[in-house]
Amino acid sequence: MSDYSAYSGKITKTHKKSGLAHIRKRLLRDKYLYCLAIPGFLFFLIFKYIPIWGVVIAFQNYSPIAGILHSPWVGLDHFQRFFSDPQFGLLFRNTMMINLLSLVFFFPLPIVLALLMNELRSEIYKRIVQSIVYLPHFLSWVIIAGLTFMLLSVSRGFVNEVLVSIGMEKIQFLNDPKLFWIILTVQSIWKECGWGTILFLAAIAGTDPQLYEASRMDGAGRFRQMWHITLPAIRNVIFILLILRLGHMMDVGFEQVFLMYNGAVSNVAEVFDTYVYRLGVQQGQFSFSTAVGLFKSVIGLVLVIGANRLAKRFGEEGIY
Amino acid sequence: MEHSRGNRLFHGVNILVLGIVALVTVFPIYYVFVISFTETGEYLSKTIVLFPEHWSLESYRYLLSNPSMIRSVGVSAFLAVVGTLCSLVVTASLAYALSRKRLLGRRVALMLILFTILFSPGIIPNYMLVRSLGLIDNIWSLILPVLSSGWYVVLMKGFFENIPESLDEAAAIDGCNEVTAWFRIVLPLSMPAIAAFGLFYAVEYWNSYFSALLYMNDYQKWPIQVLLQNMLAENPLAEADPLLQPPPAEMLKMSAVVIATIPILCVYPFLQKHFAKGVMVGSVKG
Repeated sequence: MSDYSAYSGKITKTHKKSGLAHIRKRLLRDKYLYCLAIPGFLFFLIFKYIPIWGVVIAFQNYSPIAGILHSPWVGLDHFQRFFSDPQFGLLFRNTMMINLLSLVFFFPLPIVLALLMNELRSEIYKRIVQSIVYLPHFLSWVIIAGLTFMLLSVSRGFVNEVLVSIGMEKIQFLNDPKLFWIILTVQSIWKECGWGTILFLAAIAGTDPQLYEASRMDGAGRFRQMWHITLPAIRNVIFILLILRLGHMMDVGFEQVFLMYNGAVSNVAEVFDTYVYRLGVQQGQFSFSTAVGLFKSVIGLVLVIGANRLAKRFGEEGIY
Repeated sequence: MEHSRGNRLFHGVNILVLGIVALVTVFPIYYVFVISFTETGEYLSKTIVLFPEHWSLESYRYLLSNPSMIRSVGVSAFLAVVGTLCSLVVTASLAYALSRKRLLGRRVALMLILFTILFSPGIIPNYMLVRSLGLIDNIWSLILPVLSSGWYVVLMKGFFENIPESLDEAAAIDGCNEVTAWFRIVLPLSMPAIAAFGLFYAVEYWNSYFSALLYMNDYQKWPIQVLLQNMLAENPLAEADPLLQPPPAEMLKMSAVVIATIPILCVYPFLQKHFAKGVMVGSVKG
C-alpha cells in the first residue's frame, strides 16, 4: 500500500508494516490533522468513555461519600436481586410489547407512505404533503405529550368534547392501562412516519426508470411494477432499518414514556429506562439501577451485533 | 400514459388518502394554535372551538408577563445558538480529520466512535460524571455532554470524504496547514451540509428536556421544555403576577405549547431546503 506521493513538498512513502520511525513520520506529517481532531477526541474520551468506567458501581454497593474507590464490592448481587424481582418480568414484558406493536404497526407505514407519495403526479401536492408530514419529527416529546393531553384529556380534551357533543360518555383515555400502548404507538406514528419516508423516497428515486418502461411494455400494471421493481429496490434499506430496529428492542423512548406515565398506568408503562431513572436518580439506589442499565445496554449490544451478523448472512450490507 | 378508469380511480384515492394523512398530521397543531388565540369567555362557554369568533392574546399576555417563561425561552435560545456552534465545531473538525484517508489510527478511531453508538453506560454513570465535573445546575451541563454524537461524526465524515485530498496539497503549497485549510477552504465549500447539521443540532438543543431534568435543579435555569412539562403537569407557574387574572389552565398550556413550537416552525422552511441534502449525505458510502 503506497501512500501519498507528494505532500508539502516532502515525499513520504509509507509501507504496510511501519517501523517506529515511519509512525513518527506520519504523526508529524499530519500533526495539524491531529490538532483538528483534538476537541472531538477530548469529547469522546471524557463524555463517552470515562462514564463507561462508571458501570463498575454495578458490582459495588456504591456510596457517593465513599466514592468508587472505597465502596464495598458485592459482585453479582445486584443482578441476582434484579432477576429474581417480579418487576423484571414486568419491565421486560412492557418493553417487548411496546416494541412489538411498533414493529408490526409502525414499521411498515413509512414504506407504504413512501410508495403512495411516489405515485403522486403533481409535484406541488407532493411537496405540500411532504412538508406537513415531516414537521412532527422536529417537535419535542414534551410538545407531543402536550398535544396528546389536549386531545385525549377528560377535562377539555378535543376527542372527549366531540364524544359529548354526539351524546356519548367521556372516556378516560390517559388513565386506561389497556389503551396506553396503543396511544404510545399512535404517537410514534404521528411523529416519525413522515420523516421515515425520506430514506425510502431517496432509494425509490434511485431506481432506473427504464425498468418501469420495460415492465409497462410487458403489460405490468401499477401494483406489479411496485412489487417487482420498487420494492426490491428499497429492499436493502428496509433490511438495514429492520436490523437497527431489532437491535433496539430493549430501547423505548424514555421521554415519551416518562411524560405519559401516571399512577393508573404504572403497570404497563414501566420500562427499563424509567425504572433506572426512578430507582437511581429519584431514590438514590445508584448501584442497583446502574446494574439494571448495564444489563439493558449489554443486551442491546448483543442484539445489534447479532442482527448485523444475520443481515450479512443474508447477503445484505450491515451497518458496520 | 393510460387514463383507464382503474388508473384514475387509484390516483383519486391516493390523493384523498394522502390528503387525509396530511390533515390528521396537521390537526393537533392547528387545534393548539386555535385554542391559544381564543378568548377566555368563548372557551369556557362553548364545548368545541374549531375557529374562534373572537381572537385574543390574553393567554400570551399572561404568559409573557411571567419572568419564568421569558427566562426559560432565553435559556433554550442560548442552548440553540451557543450549543449548536460548539457542536458544529467539535463534530466538523473531528469528522474532517477522520475523512482524510492518510491519517494513522483512522480505522481504530472510527471503530471506537462506532462503539459509542452501540453501547451506552446509562443514566447513572453520566450523572456521576457531570456531578464530579461540578456542572450540576450549570447550563453547560446541557451542552458539553451532548456536544457530538457518533452518528453525526460518521455522517459528516462521509460528506467530507467527497472533498479530495489533493485540496490539502494545494493548500499546503500556498502555505496553509490543515487547520487553516479546514477553516478557510473546506468549511465554506461545505456550507450546505454544515447548515443542515447545524439546524439538526439547533432543534435538538431547543428540545432539551431530559438532560435538564437530570442536571438542573434550579427552576430559574430551566429550558422551555421543562417549564412546559411542569405546566402540563398542572403545576402553577412560579412568579405568577398576583394581580393578573389567569386564563383557564388549558388555554395557558396551549399557549405555552405554541411558544415552545414557534421557533421550530420558523426555522422549518430553512430545514426543508437543507435537510433533504443532509440526509442524502449519509447515504454516500464512505
